[in-house]
Amino acid sequence: MKLPVNFMISGTQLLSRKKQSLIAMLGVMFGIAMFIFMISFMKGVNKFIEDTMLAAIPDIHLYNDIRTDYNHSVAASWLRQDPSKVIVVRHPRPSRIHLNLKDPYRIIADLKATPEVAVVSPLSSTQVFFNYGPVQLNGVLDGVDIYAEDRIFDLGKKMVSGAPEDLLTTDKGILLGQGLADKLNVIKGDLITLASPAGAVMRFRVAGTFSFGMSAVDNIKAYTTLSGVQQLLGKDHDYITDIRVRLRDLTQAKSTAVLLGRKYGYKSEDWETTNPSIKTGNMIRDTLTWVVSITLLTVAGFGIYNIMNMVISSKMKDIAILKAQGFSGKDILQIFLSQSLVIGVLGAIFGLGLGYALSYGMSRVPFPQGEITSLKYFPVVFETRHYLLGAAFGVLTTFVAGVMPARKAGRVDPVAILRS
Amino acid sequence: MNTPILQAQHLDKFFPGPEPFQVLKDITLSIGKGEFITIIGKSGCGKSSLLYLLSTLDTDYKGNLSINGTRVTGLGERALSRFRNEHIGFVFQFHYLLPEFTVLQNIMIPALRLGKLSREAIEAQAMTKMKEMGIDDIASKPSGKLSGGQQQRVAIARALINNPGIIMADEPTGNLDSINTKIVFDIFHALSRQGNTILAVTHDRDFAAHSDRIIEMVDGRITAKHSQ
Repeated sequence: MKLPVNFMISGTQLLSRKKQSLIAMLGVMFGIAMFIFMISFMKGVNKFIEDTMLAAIPDIHLYNDIRTDYNHSVAASWLRQDPSKVIVVRHPRPSRIHLNLKDPYRIIADLKATPEVAVVSPLSSTQVFFNYGPVQLNGVLDGVDIYAEDRIFDLGKKMVSGAPEDLLTTDKGILLGQGLADKLNVIKGDLITLASPAGAVMRFRVAGTFSFGMSAVDNIKAYTTLSGVQQLLGKDHDYITDIRVRLRDLTQAKSTAVLLGRKYGYKSEDWETTNPSIKTGNMIRDTLTWVVSITLLTVAGFGIYNIMNMVISSKMKDIAILKAQGFSGKDILQIFLSQSLVIGVLGAIFGLGLGYALSYGMSRVPFPQGEITSLKYFPVVFETRHYLLGAAFGVLTTFVAGVMPARKAGRVDPVAILRS
Repeated sequence: MNTPILQAQHLDKFFPGPEPFQVLKDITLSIGKGEFITIIGKSGCGKSSLLYLLSTLDTDYKGNLSINGTRVTGLGERALSRFRNEHIGFVFQFHYLLPEFTVLQNIMIPALRLGKLSREAIEAQAMTKMKEMGIDDIASKPSGKLSGGQQQRVAIARALINNPGIIMADEPTGNLDSINTKIVFDIFHALSRQGNTILAVTHDRDFAAHSDRIIEMVDGRITAKHSQ
């Protein structure tokens, strides 16, 4: 019976000043709503950026970094007849650089047997000039296993014309980035001439065009088969420069990359390392969200603190009389703290509702259509976790803001009040 | 005199300050069950201080105090709250009802706090008390909208709801007009006749004249006890 009477008093007092209670509640409500809205939107932006970027980036990228070995020097092997001599070669000139991986098919087979790995796509890449009539453009030609590439980057969905498989059914087929195709003004079926850095020239037939939604890719990249690149460069079929890996679990990229790099002795980079801007951008947006949300909730907390302080100042006589009638300091604390908590919980509930409504509204606002963005609406994510967090924050804020005035109320000396 | 319900021995109280002021000096007092006692004296003589001290609201004193056979000196805040709730009924000069609540709720709150009876039983008791005071017709009115005399009667009903061992009143008629003063007088006399123990502080000699015993205070000391 003890709790109900305290709550009865608390409830009646709360209802007897509806306006004040409502205003305090609105403060919490807006704080939480903005928290939900901001975090849903920011996480949506993060997710969108991650998705678009990752669509063009492998989880792990294995390649042979340019790293000239200066241990072998002609001068040294000539002069090393006398072991007492120390040979110093100043500013040596690099001799041969190998960009390809040694024994790539062994590495590929081994990667495929690794449990964390989902897809392995070997690549033989080179700089090329694309020639069509008088137009000459610099770009990158990637020789790939088109099926593996399709699985890793979901190429099929990114094709503007043609299909990934058309590469195999066309003699010396090539898939061009849409931007590149537009600049060359070629369409599917046209023949274009490619020139390798070494000067070799080969003609390819356009089998399709693709768009990743990023000009950095679409304006320079073209796909052909592994053997197409190997022929252009005059290399044998072991010539593979990079291996791209898609993992089963994206979050394992960092640790797995280190392991693979150590295992095969080649440069092994995870997507976070190659694209620090994604992580940095996410972090900045997250920080901003938290700072703004916490500020809003703190302001709402001060609102509650002020209102409860005012209420308690105006209720000094009631507190004294309750104490005289046998309510302890703890009862009084309970009465006033429960009022703050009711304000907080109701504010949190309505805030979650409003936050959801705002987020939903935002997710229906059409995104201004640019040339390459694939976004139709503003990106918003809906996650239960954010709502739980928002509710917890709201209740915590009101608790902290309510407990101080309530404790003050609990410590009121009834004699001092009754005497005056 | 029959069994004492309240016994105070050698109570001293100081108001702190640069020069501590002794407001109560060696008060020894015993109140028997069913007695109606009034404390009179000029303002500033310490009679209100004594009442707050005897009512356990003020714990900052020297000496010994027992009520209903329990030594209340030295009890903790929560134990004292519980004790006041069960054994002491309060009536103040400024009735101090909770303005958001109805008359009935105001009267029921101390009993709900005690929690010995069901809500229904408490409500029935509250209605009985209100009938005795002649205020049962305003049971559902918000207490903020009553006249002073009505409010004081509600306050008395509230003081009685837990059937306390002792009723303590601080200037219960101090803020009332003559008609309402008369009504409150009559209620106190009736309560006294029913066997309630009453301790009232007053400066109204008419009111005091009808009590069983008058304790007169001057400068923090009891100077005279008149039995009537």
